[in-house]
Amino acid sequence: MSAPQIIAGRRHRQRRHALVTGVLVLLIAVAYAVTLMVGKTFYSPAEVLAVIFGDTVPGASFTVGELRLPRATLALFAGFAFGIAGATFQTMLRNPLASPDIIGISSGASAAAVFGIIVLSLDETAVSLMALGGALLTAAAIYLLSNRGGFAGTRLILIGIGVAAMLDSAVTYVLSRAAAWDLQTAMQWLTGSLNGATWASVLPVVLSCALLAPVMLSQNRNLGALRLGDDSAAALGVNVRRTRVLLIVGAVTLLAFATAAAGPIAFVAFMAGPIAARIVGAGASPLLPAGLVGALLVLVADLIGQFAFDNRYPVGVVTGVLGAPYLIYLLIRTNRSGGSL
Amino acid sequence: MIDQHTPAPLPDAAALRRPAAVRLAWIGAGIGAVALLVVASVAFGVRDVSIDEILRGLSGDTGGIAEAAVVARIPRTVLAMLVGAALAMSGATMQAVTRNPLADPGILGVSGGASLAVVIGIAFFGLSAPYSVMGVAIAGAAGAAVFVYAVGSLGRGGATPLKLTLAGAASSAAFMSLVSAVLLPRVDVLETFRFWQIGGVGGATWDRIIALLPVLGIGAIICLATARGMNSLALGDDLAAGLGENVARTRLVSSIGAIVLCGAATAVAGPIAFVGLVIPHLCRLLIGTDHRWLLPLSALAGAALLVAADVVGRVIARPSEIEVGIITALIGAPVFIWIVRRQRVREL
Repeated sequence: MSAPQIIAGRRHRQRRHALVTGVLVLLIAVAYAVTLMVGKTFYSPAEVLAVIFGDTVPGASFTVGELRLPRATLALFAGFAFGIAGATFQTMLRNPLASPDIIGISSGASAAAVFGIIVLSLDETAVSLMALGGALLTAAAIYLLSNRGGFAGTRLILIGIGVAAMLDSAVTYVLSRAAAWDLQTAMQWLTGSLNGATWASVLPVVLSCALLAPVMLSQNRNLGALRLGDDSAAALGVNVRRTRVLLIVGAVTLLAFATAAAGPIAFVAFMAGPIAARIVGAGASPLLPAGLVGALLVLVADLIGQFAFDNRYPVGVVTGVLGAPYLIYLLIRTNRSGGSL
Repeated sequence: MIDQHTPAPLPDAAALRRPAAVRLAWIGAGIGAVALLVVASVAFGVRDVSIDEILRGLSGDTGGIAEAAVVARIPRTVLAMLVGAALAMSGATMQAVTRNPLADPGILGVSGGASLAVVIGIAFFGLSAPYSVMGVAIAGAAGAAVFVYAVGSLGRGGATPLKLTLAGAASSAAFMSLVSAVLLPRVDVLETFRFWQIGGVGGATWDRIIALLPVLGIGAIICLATARGMNSLALGDDLAAGLGENVARTRLVSSIGAIVLCGAATAVAGPIAFVGLVIPHLCRLLIGTDHRWLLPLSALAGAALLVAADVVGRVIARPSEIEVGIITALIGAPVFIWIVRRQRVREL
């Protein structure tokens, strides 16, 4: 390929990337605005804006300011965090099934968070930190367990599935001991829900995104190099160890804080990366689009869960029903193309 | 893999007799363990009862609360035995049919398929008769098994353990999130059918047990009848065919047995994972790889494990109880991880 062709190709990819990012941001803005306006009572954009700017609007101040705004904000940032965390793991381990919600890291965060809430009665910040500890421990355990006689991504996924099964049953166990818990709250920790969103629970998610997302995105180029294998990445001048630790800790932190606030919203971390890769095309940096796709998924799934049916479903049930067939589709496609999963 | 591939040396008569004695001893130990655990299951529970109260309850006097509690423990004990035996035998058969050390009705998504079918049948079609529920569950289990095997054997290398396990785990996750979606808005039935998500024997009634028995009997007979064929399958398809085994037919018939066992058990107790994984591996260590012995011992050990899990679940979480599905996952997942760790990468 000649130099002009390569340059033209890169321009084309950059244009496509910018276009996709723009469209995603626009769609997220629309979904966010709809979440704020629609509900039992409809509020006009003017009223919503007035509340956001701090004016007191009868009725809307509470409904929008205290209920819908935290909910929509949590959906936005939790989805973003799940998307980035999922895409980081999937890219690094070169396997869409290696997303943190399948290999048990989300389950580790949930188990620690549920334990913190029910057994230790901690407040939001402490619960977030516990979730972080649980997720980091789980990630370390999975890595160590699968790192025997040479590292293998496939073994890591299987071990992660086993770890997830164990931690999920621990979550169910702790929930079953808390008899006073109503079903909705329990559901939050089983599939993920935005129903208890308050500003206190949203704050850690927003802060972690604001601090960590730029760091993670700055590693885009190094992540792309890691995808080529450790040796090639080192030859390209990437500090493999440092990059990998930075990316893992960043992704696990984002995931843990989002899980502490919203529960393990089913399959978002898993779905966002492959969908983003589909729309931006191969070779482009997957993190930012994956985060945006994650945010859009959670916002739209929450709207569907709240308003599309007679019953209100928690967001995790909707993403679960969407994600389940996608998971199987992806499995069939990878198997058929002969790729080693 | 367990050493199924090492060719056995020609056994002389003495060598044949001794293993038989050892095997009989293990079967006897299995029966003893089940009997002990059944006694424990009737004696221990959420409520403390004295020996007098147990005896009075067993002799038909159900006047007091304690006696009534004892009587209520009997059906769930019987159900735990039946379900544990069925799942363990089903798991042993699936491991033989797929030659996959990670095969288990729960991990391969077969229990998940049965659960989803049952929940849909009850929620949308108003099924309630035990046999129609069981029929739907067996159909769901069969559908899931065919689906998972089809997905897992696409592409290069056929149905490798890794691809089968991933296809099963993915399908299982998919089925369970659909089960949540069906159950969640039905708060009224959720308490009753909660065990379809977790797996439990708390909802045992004699009606269900009596309906379950003949179906499990048929499944068990099918599996036991093909036990000799399963031994040949372990040698590999080519060698088994060379020995005159009709490989495809053996596979099909054994799978039907495994599916009937797992589907019927799931219809009554919900999806309980890892029993079918752990027990056959344990029994193979004790009694060897001959399926004519492995299947009965697995059934006994599975019954013992599930009764034990039920007793533990009732005792440690007083005043509530923990479903057996949770306990078996806590015990079984580490064993799963251990088996995965022992595999060489290229076998996966």
